[in-house]
Amino acid sequence: MKQFNTVLLAAGALALSACGSATGVNSASGAAAASDTQGPYASTYTPYPGVPTALVGATVYDGKGGTIEGGTVLFAGGKLVAVGGPDLAIPEGFTRIEAAGKFVTPGIIDIHSHLGDYPTPAVDAHMDGNEMTDPVTPQVWAEHSVWPQDPGFSRALANGGVTSLQILPGSANLMGGRSVTLKNVPSRTVQGMKFPGAPYGFKMACGENPKRVYGEQGRMPMTRMGNFALNRKTWIEAREYADGDREERDLAMETLAGVLDGEILVHNHCYRADEMAFVLDMAKEAGYRVSAFHHAVESYKIADMLREADACSAVWADWYGFKMEANDAIPENAALIHNAGACVVIHSDDENGIQRLNQEAAKAQADGRRMGIEIADADVIRWLTLNPAKAMGIDAMTGSLEDGKMADIVLWNGDPLSVYSRPEKVWIDGALLYDALDPQRRPVSDFELGQPGAGDVK
Amino acid sequence: MKPLAALAAAIAAMAVAAPGTAQDFAIVHATLAIGDGSDPVQDATVIVQGGKVVASGKDAAVPQGVPVIDAAGKWVSPGLFAALTDLGIYDVDAVWQSNDTSAGEAPFSAALDVAPVVNPEAQNIKVSRAGAVTRASVVPRAGSSIFAGQGAVIDLGADPDPIVTRRAFQYVELGETGARLAGGSRMAAYVSLANALAEARDLAERERNDDVLLNRPDAAALIPVVNGEQPLYVHVERAADIRSALALRQDFPKLDLVLVGASEGWLAAREIVAAGVPVIAMALNDLPASFEQLAASQSNVGRMVDAGVKVAIGRFGDMNQPRYAPQQAGNLVALNRIPGAAGLSWGEAFAAISSVPAEISGLGGQAGVLRPGAAGDVVIWDGDPLELSSAPLRVFIDGVEQPLDNHQTRLKERYRTPEEGELPKAYDW
Repeated sequence: MKQFNTVLLAAGALALSACGSATGVNSASGAAAASDTQGPYASTYTPYPGVPTALVGATVYDGKGGTIEGGTVLFAGGKLVAVGGPDLAIPEGFTRIEAAGKFVTPGIIDIHSHLGDYPTPAVDAHMDGNEMTDPVTPQVWAEHSVWPQDPGFSRALANGGVTSLQILPGSANLMGGRSVTLKNVPSRTVQGMKFPGAPYGFKMACGENPKRVYGEQGRMPMTRMGNFALNRKTWIEAREYADGDREERDLAMETLAGVLDGEILVHNHCYRADEMAFVLDMAKEAGYRVSAFHHAVESYKIADMLREADACSAVWADWYGFKMEANDAIPENAALIHNAGACVVIHSDDENGIQRLNQEAAKAQADGRRMGIEIADADVIRWLTLNPAKAMGIDAMTGSLEDGKMADIVLWNGDPLSVYSRPEKVWIDGALLYDALDPQRRPVSDFELGQPGAGDVK
Repeated sequence: MKPLAALAAAIAAMAVAAPGTAQDFAIVHATLAIGDGSDPVQDATVIVQGGKVVASGKDAAVPQGVPVIDAAGKWVSPGLFAALTDLGIYDVDAVWQSNDTSAGEAPFSAALDVAPVVNPEAQNIKVSRAGAVTRASVVPRAGSSIFAGQGAVIDLGADPDPIVTRRAFQYVELGETGARLAGGSRMAAYVSLANALAEARDLAERERNDDVLLNRPDAAALIPVVNGEQPLYVHVERAADIRSALALRQDFPKLDLVLVGASEGWLAAREIVAAGVPVIAMALNDLPASFEQLAASQSNVGRMVDAGVKVAIGRFGDMNQPRYAPQQAGNLVALNRIPGAAGLSWGEAFAAISSVPAEISGLGGQAGVLRPGAAGDVVIWDGDPLELSSAPLRVFIDGVEQPLDNHQTRLKERYRTPEEGELPKAYDW
């Protein structure tokens, strides 16, 4: 029940995160900062050392829809060097890993996580995902809520092969605040996990959650029309600010101006098709673009419109029925969106689901197949890799196995679309950070040290 | 149409949609999962007559005149048994008007009985049936006290009578949830439980006086518990709480205990085995979601089974749908390839979602297994039932073939292409 309540709110939040522009103390230098390498609270992440490595003989899904049988994947210095077939020469000095019968994919990316801002243990003192004091809080940043000692990060790595993830504010508010994109590398600080160069996201939320949370307080919004009125009012104010000299510091307006500048990507929690259609019109009216609709369980009803708007749908495989706006969720949603030519992302919104995004994608693929929609395995892997990378604005750096990209790689001990497979090794920027065959190559958070089960297989 | 004629027409229409009667049939050339923990058998036969399994295995001979279903390339298994669900007791979980899972404002707790509430037309029953779940236990959520009330065993057949066993068990919260419900501490939960059982014993012996905390219906409901005639499901997670729950039998020796949750069961496996108490656990808990689950691990079930504990995968509710049971069982098979982890064999994993929960729920030999005498709950799958790409093709309950359509399947067909046609989508049905 606790988990359910958390999900209701988490699912309701709208991640509206603005990029670092104009948020720094020095707005002159911050104005152009589209990523978290600049501005305040900048990323201090640096890759851990790795060795030049050749993965040889595996089935390789490159993340952008390609498959190589008996593939060779070379990486060194934290970057992918070359990806090819059995004939690709392995340079001297590369450690060779025989991977015949195994599978290689890009690191898995979760576009919707609350690890850190709704961490485990899920005690009241840890409930940092929803600033439920006002329905419009573009000024809050999820990174300031993230607890880097959340044990969930390690499970996502070891069981899910997750190498990058977006942490969003919850869905209680219409405008919930900025998201942060992290590398799934343990650190003492959040800055030490921040994905260098990733744009900020902005969380927004449609529907039941904002109107329930504030309506129960007798405040606006109490209705869906209230939701839109308050959003539109805020966008009008944001436009005035953005068109002005921007000299007065205003954390909320700086975030919204970043959205209107196109530097901060909108992630909009929205279940129902009719509401998504209104959001697309609101985005036109206000002058921004929706990067992805999250929990978009009714995208299948408007997949054509979402294709035209170039908006991704971040979805579960088959959650349904937990709330009224999820009543029309169907397991064929992802396949129908894909079939219409629109962008599918499989997301978790859940500390357990993030450990099995590959399995959720496999179920969604099979549900499509049973209604006659055949989707190639390599395209399904894209739902967990390049598509979320694109919607998060990090696709130039990660999300596919291409020369020069970050060496974020999962070696699976079998087909990742089979229930019988698990990650065997996970590299992030070329550093081996999980190895199922080496009990020491497994992160254990500060919280778990000295507790029952610390360092267990989990 | 006149009212009477309309009624007659409606009844006629319903008769068309009504479930068939039990068919005799034989499924041949299938890969057979019996459900009893054994490995799958190739090219096997299952014979159902009079709604019951009469034979299964490689050597079963099909009697003359029994219709044959050729399942070459397919799998056949017993229907799944989902232990501890909320099937049939809400339509939309967060819509309180539709939700009967909990009665927090009621003056009753142990007396609550889920049986009259179960709605066989609920979508979660239909969706689960299409996911191969043919029987389940249904449990209320504790609301006003540590006692959630009395659960039922149901079948998921498309007919008006879902109840298999009414008042199948009593359910009590004793961990963090029990502490909260009892007034803020596990101490209060244990006193509440001991007092309630004592009052039930007194009432059974006609010694009830005015100095009581429980109302009469709640005390009366606990008489079969204290007498050991109705199982008591105890939800505890922490190893220490498991030991304290097992110790309840020192004061109430007849208690027929079942442990629920037991995320740290692997740390108390020896004690659980010694007590001979079965467990209904979640398969994939591996996070310290609370301070009572610090040692949670996906190896919990495998380690308990290795120690000799009878463990069912269960606790399906909220987002954890009963149709996920095969996926969860499959994950435990996958663990066998991870050094240091404890998984299940394929046969053990399938049993953990079929015969084992059926046995714990009082249907040993009668459900969750394709052995002679068991209910004709049979599923034909398009592949390995535990694999993500597989799905049921045909589902039989008590020998009756079941419809597999529901709200979701109708929406899928309506929106095969999103664009409106010559008429609005609303006319496409």
